[in-house]
Amino acid sequence: MDFIIQNILNALQWGSFYALIALGYTLVYGVLRLINFAHGDIFMVGAYIAFFVAGFLLGPAIGLSPLMTFALAIPLTMFLTACVGVFLERVAYRPLRRKGAHRLYVVITALMCGLILEYSNLAVLGASRLKFPELVEKTVWHFGGVTLTNLKVIVIVAAVAVFAFLNFIVTKTKIGMAMRGISYDKFAIPLMGIPIDQIIVFTFILGSGFAGLAGLLFAMSYPVLEPFMGMLIGWKAFIAAVVGGIGDIRGAFYGGFLLGFIEVGVVTVFPSTYRDLFAFTILLIILWIKPTGLFGMPQSTKI
Amino acid sequence: MLSVLISVPALAADAIKIGFNLPLTGDIPEVGEGSKNAAEMYLKDINGKGGLEIAGKKYPLEFVYMDNESKAESAVNVALKLIEQEEVVAIIGPNSSKQAVPAGGTCNDNRTPMITPWSTNPDTTKDRPWVFRAAFLDPFQGPVVADFAAQKFGAKTAAVIFDISNDYSKGLAEIFKSSWEKKGLGPVVAFESHGTKDQDFSAQLTKVISANPDFIFVPDNYNQVALIVQQAHDLGYKGHFMGSDAWGTPDLIKLCGEDCYGQYFSTHYAAAGAKGATKVFIDRYKEAYGDVPADYAALTWDSIGLLVQAIQNAGKVESNPRKMRTAIREGLAAIKSFDGITGSSKFDEQGDPIKCAVVVKISDKGEFVFEQSVCP
Repeated sequence: MDFIIQNILNALQWGSFYALIALGYTLVYGVLRLINFAHGDIFMVGAYIAFFVAGFLLGPAIGLSPLMTFALAIPLTMFLTACVGVFLERVAYRPLRRKGAHRLYVVITALMCGLILEYSNLAVLGASRLKFPELVEKTVWHFGGVTLTNLKVIVIVAAVAVFAFLNFIVTKTKIGMAMRGISYDKFAIPLMGIPIDQIIVFTFILGSGFAGLAGLLFAMSYPVLEPFMGMLIGWKAFIAAVVGGIGDIRGAFYGGFLLGFIEVGVVTVFPSTYRDLFAFTILLIILWIKPTGLFGMPQSTKI
Repeated sequence: MLSVLISVPALAADAIKIGFNLPLTGDIPEVGEGSKNAAEMYLKDINGKGGLEIAGKKYPLEFVYMDNESKAESAVNVALKLIEQEEVVAIIGPNSSKQAVPAGGTCNDNRTPMITPWSTNPDTTKDRPWVFRAAFLDPFQGPVVADFAAQKFGAKTAAVIFDISNDYSKGLAEIFKSSWEKKGLGPVVAFESHGTKDQDFSAQLTKVISANPDFIFVPDNYNQVALIVQQAHDLGYKGHFMGSDAWGTPDLIKLCGEDCYGQYFSTHYAAAGAKGATKVFIDRYKEAYGDVPADYAALTWDSIGLLVQAIQNAGKVESNPRKMRTAIREGLAAIKSFDGITGSSKFDEQGDPIKCAVVVKISDKGEFVFEQSVCP
């Protein structure tokens, strides 16, 4: 029993990262119908930004305590990562959108942006790995045979909170209504006097900001940073979003946790070699049965 | 992106050109960097004296460094590039078995001598007359770890966690398991694998910890070790860890921190308390690069030493690289014993050295302290 509860906790933590990243994919897709393949690398950039922000705040110039650093690093990392996301939108996606380029070309551009982020990191910082400093003093709680760290709790709570926040923004606010409106018909929406570019920038701010938060939390949980850390996890989070029904916030959230549970579950029962094979076979079967994803509805408004 | 070519300025036409197949980027960039640093030191030594003296004439050395990105397929490409385009007379590297096993096949097929400094997997040199090495073998290292753990921790049960897509890690894990069981030390209660790019090991570790082993053997690269040890502690594991020679880099301490203090691993040499030529090497390296050289740097130094001796054994320098390669292979095969800075070794017919291993403890200051030496 302990064994099962422990693995559920492990899966919740791992799934939280997928969910947080998948939310970014789904937001951008919901508004723009664009799969922002650079999103996994924005997550990586977020982790590196968190590293430098934490290093700066802890360093001799400022000299804050680790806990204060953590509290300040959250908004700073989210803000700076959001800037990177908005920068990409400005430089790469908006010019293409203005020229009316086909969506396919924008997707290819996104892929290239991701590679540029990875390799510019490699060129600037080198291949050597970085160690993320410990910001929250780790406490390990024991409940019988089950252990729980405070970091694990923070990660899981953050994922749920972000989901609840985004769900609120999209369904209950005016700007959320505008996002859904663009998703529904991006040609009619400007006629209603809604500034479409601002809404899109806002979407990128939300998506990249939370990718930054995911990067910070990931770096705290797995404190070894390398330039390609966002690639695989980004792809998998994208798949999770598709299985959940890309464009739907709930879909991204549940899809992320679903993938986390399947991956941890497969390793618990089988050798780890089967992890990705089984995980993605299960996801494929879900898409066979419901090609639009768990929460997706064909040809309707999403987000 | 495929490979970064860093070539030394063109030297005289009769320079002896030696290729280096190194992981300068990818999973283990520190290993490539350390090897390259040691090689640069050696190069300065030889060329500072005007070159290598053979049959009364001095020949300068020329080193060509290429990046194999810590990938098996890139290591093969680099080997081919060095052989066909650069026309090197011999290749040093790759370091890790994951790259050295496939690259060794390429060098053997192309009849080019290759010396791997750090690869410990038996397959690297097996039935390959053109491939040699400077490190001991995993069939030796595995039992060393098993004996040490049984004696030091009084361990009755062991667990293993390893990287299944890495020849080195997988081979050593299997050798350890069979030698642990053959010695009748007790069962291996968990034998868990993971992938190279994995960052979360909690599912495997939960399985390992629920089997309640006396110690966990982790024959992984240092970057993975840092995550595995830390996550095991998060999951409440309080027992010992034991590592292999892939732990032996200063970066392990940088990434792993206090979680790794007090753990043990087997390796090729211990920098703390070294004497003689080893100490000279360590001091010079420290002065030049500001860091204690890891085992791969010392083994690269010895590999170059082996190669230089082979060239001297050959006794002549051919302008045709093919003839020169054959002469160097003959020269390498003629070496029966070699006194290097990682200890002296004898060579068997397979081109594998028979040499001692040391077990190192990670101290409370993060230093690698000599604990015990084990000789075959």
